[in-house]
Amino acid sequence: MARIGVFICHCGENISATVDCGKVAETIGKLKHVAYSTEYKYMCSDPGQTLIKDAIKEHKLTGVVVSACSPRMHEPTFRKACAEAGLNPFLCEMANLREHCSWVHEKNELTTQKAIDIVRTQVEKVKLNSALQPIKVPVTKTAMVIGGGIAGIQAALDIANTGHKVVMIERSPSIGGHMSQLSETFPTLDCSQCILTPRMVEVAQHPNITLYTYAEVESVEGFIGNFKVKIRKKAKSLDEKICTGCGLCTTKCPQKKIPNEFEQGMGMRPAIYVPFPQAVPNRPVIDKEHCTYYIKGKCKICEVVCPTKAIRFDQPDEILDLEIGAIVVATGFDIKHADFFPEYGYGKYKDIIDGLQFERMASASGPTSGEIRRPSDGQVPKNIVFIACAGSRDPAKGIAYCSKICCMYTAKHAMLYKHKVHEGRAHVFYMDIRSGGKNYDEFVRRAIEEDHVNYIRGRVSTVFERDGKLIVKGVDTLLGAQPVEIVADMVVLATAGVANAGAEDLAQKLHVSYDQHKFFAEAHPKLKPVETNTAGIFLAGACQNPKDIPDAVSQASGSAVKVAALFSQDMLTREPLVAVVNRYAPPMYSTCVGCFLCQSVCPYQAIEREEFKNREGKVVKTVAKINEGLCQGCGTCVALCRSKSIDLLGYSNNQVHAEVMALLNEY
Amino acid sequence: MSDFEPKVVAFVCNWCTYAGADLTGTSRIKYASNVKIIRFPCTGRIDFMLLLKAFANGADGIIVSGCHPNDCHYTSGNFHAKRRWIMFKELMDFMGVDMNRVTFSWVSAAEGAKWADVVNTTVTKIRELGPYVSYKELVNKSVEEEVKND
Ligand SMILES: Cc1cc2nc3c(=O)[nH]c(=O)nc-3n(C[C@H](O)[C@H](O)[C@H](O)COP(=O)(O)OP(=O)(O)OC[C@H]3O[C@@H](n4cnc5c(N)ncnc54)[C@H](O)[C@@H]3O)c2cc1C
Ligand code: SF4
Ligand code: SF4
Ligand code: FES
Repeated sequence: MARIGVFICHCGENISATVDCGKVAETIGKLKHVAYSTEYKYMCSDPGQTLIKDAIKEHKLTGVVVSACSPRMHEPTFRKACAEAGLNPFLCEMANLREHCSWVHEKNELTTQKAIDIVRTQVEKVKLNSALQPIKVPVTKTAMVIGGGIAGIQAALDIANTGHKVVMIERSPSIGGHMSQLSETFPTLDCSQCILTPRMVEVAQHPNITLYTYAEVESVEGFIGNFKVKIRKKAKSLDEKICTGCGLCTTKCPQKKIPNEFEQGMGMRPAIYVPFPQAVPNRPVIDKEHCTYYIKGKCKICEVVCPTKAIRFDQPDEILDLEIGAIVVATGFDIKHADFFPEYGYGKYKDIIDGLQFERMASASGPTSGEIRRPSDGQVPKNIVFIACAGSRDPAKGIAYCSKICCMYTAKHAMLYKHKVHEGRAHVFYMDIRSGGKNYDEFVRRAIEEDHVNYIRGRVSTVFERDGKLIVKGVDTLLGAQPVEIVADMVVLATAGVANAGAEDLAQKLHVSYDQHKFFAEAHPKLKPVETNTAGIFLAGACQNPKDIPDAVSQASGSAVKVAALFSQDMLTREPLVAVVNRYAPPMYSTCVGCFLCQSVCPYQAIEREEFKNREGKVVKTVAKINEGLCQGCGTCVALCRSKSIDLLGYSNNQVHAEVMALLNEY
Repeated sequence: MSDFEPKVVAFVCNWCTYAGADLTGTSRIKYASNVKIIRFPCTGRIDFMLLLKAFANGADGIIVSGCHPNDCHYTSGNFHAKRRWIMFKELMDFMGVDMNRVTFSWVSAAEGAKWADVVNTTVTKIRELGPYVSYKELVNKSVEEEVKND
C-alpha cells in the first residue's frame, strides 16, 4: 500500500501570505494513502531537507510530494534529498504552489482550495510513479560557439584553454563583431581594436579552435552531449589554402561602388573584399550578389591578377557534419536603422547619423580617418546634438525596454567629439542617465563637468532642416517643460539595440526559447542567466539583450565554465522519462500492431523495429521498440499510437488521467 | 448563477506554457484562480480523449496551450498535436461538445502576461456560458443505457 508524505513549504511568506498552509497540510493529511503531512517555513533549507529525509525513514514513505515552488526550480534539490534517504528520486514530485498559485492569486478561500487541489493532483500522480534508474549517455567533448563577436571569442578561448575542442561558426567573413567597429570604449577610452585584435588572432591560432567564417548553422539535431550539427560553409569563391592575403584582387576589382557594411555605409568596397584591415581570417571573399561575373557572366579580373591563382568561381557551398557536445550562442545584436525614425528625419537628411556611424567616424581607421565631419559637405560640425533613447523605452515604437548601452556610449561620443573639436558645442537630449557600473557614473560626470557637454533632460519631438542647418526641437523637463530649439550641424541618434537578423530562425533550429523581441531567453531570469531551457545550450553576450563589453565577456566566461563542467564527465546521466512499447508473453509479445506510424512522428529517430522469432527461427511478429538513449520523452508517439501500445514513463496515461480526475472529483 | 466558480483545466507543455505560467508568477501578475494546470512534456503528448473525460467528470472549460508553431522544444510535437486536434475537433463537434468551452492557444516561456490574459479571458467566457452540464448528462445517460442493455 502506498504511503505518501506531503511537505508543504511556506517559502518564507511567499506561499503562506496568500495560502493557508496549515489548512492545506491538515486537509491533505486526511487523504487516503497519505501517511504524513506537514508544513515548514523553508523546505529547501538544510533543516527542511532533513525533515523530509527523517520522515521518509520514520514513516516508511513510498512517495513524496514537496509542495513548494516550481519543479523547474527545485525538483533536482528534493529528488536528491529523497535519494539520500534511500527513496528512489523518481518517487518524488513537486506541487507548484508558488508560481502557479500563491504569487498569482489573492489571499482567500479559493486560493487555499486551489492549493489543496494542486497538491492532490501530485499525490494521485506519485502513487503511480515507479522507481526509475537514470540513463547514461556519452558526451562528445567538442563545443560549438555560434557568433564570433567579443562574447563568442571569450567563450571559445576559455573553453579551448580548458583543453577541449571548440568549433566557432561566424556568418560574416571575419570575426570581431560590433566591437571591431568601435573607436574607443567606455569607461576607459581605450582603443577597441587594440584590445580586440590580439584576441581575434588568438582564436585563429589556438590549436583547440577550428574557425569557420562565412558559415552558418544549417540544422541541429540530438540533445545535450550528443548534438548533430550541419554547417553551411558558404562559398568564398577562393581557395583559402593557396591565397596569401596579398589583397591585389581587391584593388583591381572594377566593381567598387558597394556600400561598405563595416563602415556602416559611409564608404564603398569592391565585390571581392576583406571587410576591414585587421580581419581574421585576413582573406577576401567574393560577394556574389554584386560581383560582375556572377551577375553578367563576364569579368574574372581578380582571377587574372591573382598571383597564386586562388580564385575559384565554381566553388560550391560546403555542408559539414559535426558532432557537438555543447553549444554557446553568441550571435550578438544590431541597432535600429534609418526609416524607423521619420520624426527625427533620419534617412532624409544626410547629417543625421546613428551611433555606429559615429563610431566609424571617430575611428582612426574609419572613412574620415578619425575626424568628425558632416557627411553632407565634409565640414567639421560646430554644434552637435546627441539624442539618447531613440526608439528605446518607447512602447509606442514597440520597444519598451532600455537598450542599456546608449547612455554610456552617448556620453563617450560627446566626449570624443569635444576631444577632437575643442571649440565645438555638444548637446545631449536624454530621458534619464543610466550609468550603473564600475566607474560609469564618474565617466558621465566627466563628460558634463570636465568636457562641458550640455545635458538637456527631455525628449526631442522633431528634427528638420532650415538653411542647411538641422533644427532640433524638444523640451527641457527640468525647466518646467520649456521648449528648446537647437540649431545643429549634425545629429547623432542613439538608436535602440535590437536582436540580430536571423535570431528567430536560429532559435527555432536550436529549439531554445526567445522573447517577443527575438532576444534569446535565459532559463531563469536570476539564477540561470547563462543557461537556456534546452540542456547543453548556453548564452553569451548581446544575443540575450543589449549589453556592454564587460557584461558580454563575463557571461561568456560563465558559459565556458558551464561547458567545461559538462565536459568534465565522460558519461551524462539523463532523466529516464522515456517512452516504452509494452511487452507481453508470447504469442502476444506486445499489443503493438507494427504499423510504425510512431516512427514517422518521432523527432529523434528513436523508434526501432524488434523482431520476435519462433523456435524454427521464423519471424512471427515485428513490433516497435524505443531506443532509450535517443528518446527525449516528448510523448508524441504515445498520443499517436492507436493501439495504445506506448506509454511514457513519468507522464503515463494512468498518471495524467489520475491528475485530471483528482482536480474534478470530490475527495 | 452569480456564485458559479467555473472549473477550468489547462493542459500545457512543460517547455513553453508551463514555463510561461511560472514567469506569470515570478512577475506577480494576478489571474483567476479557477484554472488548474496539468503538465505534459509537450502538446504532442496530449491525448485529446482526456479532454472528453474531463468534461464528462465536471470540467466547465479546458485550455490547451503549448509552444508557438516552430518553437516546440522537440521540433514538431505541437505540429502533430495540431494535426490530431483538427481531426479530433470534428469528432467532438459530432459528439455535441460545445467548442466554445475549449481554448487552444500558444504561450511561450517569455509570455507571462499572455498566460494571465488567456486564463482570464477563458474564465470570463466560461462564467458567461455557465456550468457545463449537458455533455456530462449525455455521457451519464449513455452509461446508464449500456448498463441496462447488459
Ligand atoms: C554605437 C555603439 C557603441 C558602443 N560602445 C561601447 C563601449 O564603448 N564600451 C562597451 O563596453 N560596449 C560598447 N558597445 C556595446 C558592444 O558593441 C557590445 O557589448 C558587444 O559588441 C557585444 O558583443 P557580442 O559578441 O555579444 O555581439 P556582436 O558584437 O554583435 O557579435 C556577434 C557576432 O555574431 C555573428 N553572428 C550573428 N548571427 C549569426 C549567426 N546566425 N550565425 C553565425 N554568426 C552570427 C555576427 O556576425 C557577429 O560577428 C557599443 C555598442 C554600440 C552600438
Ligand atoms: S507502437 Fe503503436 S504506432 Fe508504433 S508501430 Fe506499434 S502500433 Fe504502430
Ligand atoms: S517519446 Fe516517442 S516520439 Fe518522443 S522521442 Fe521518445 S520515442 Fe520519439
Ligand atoms: S514542447 Fe511545447 S509544444 Fe512541444
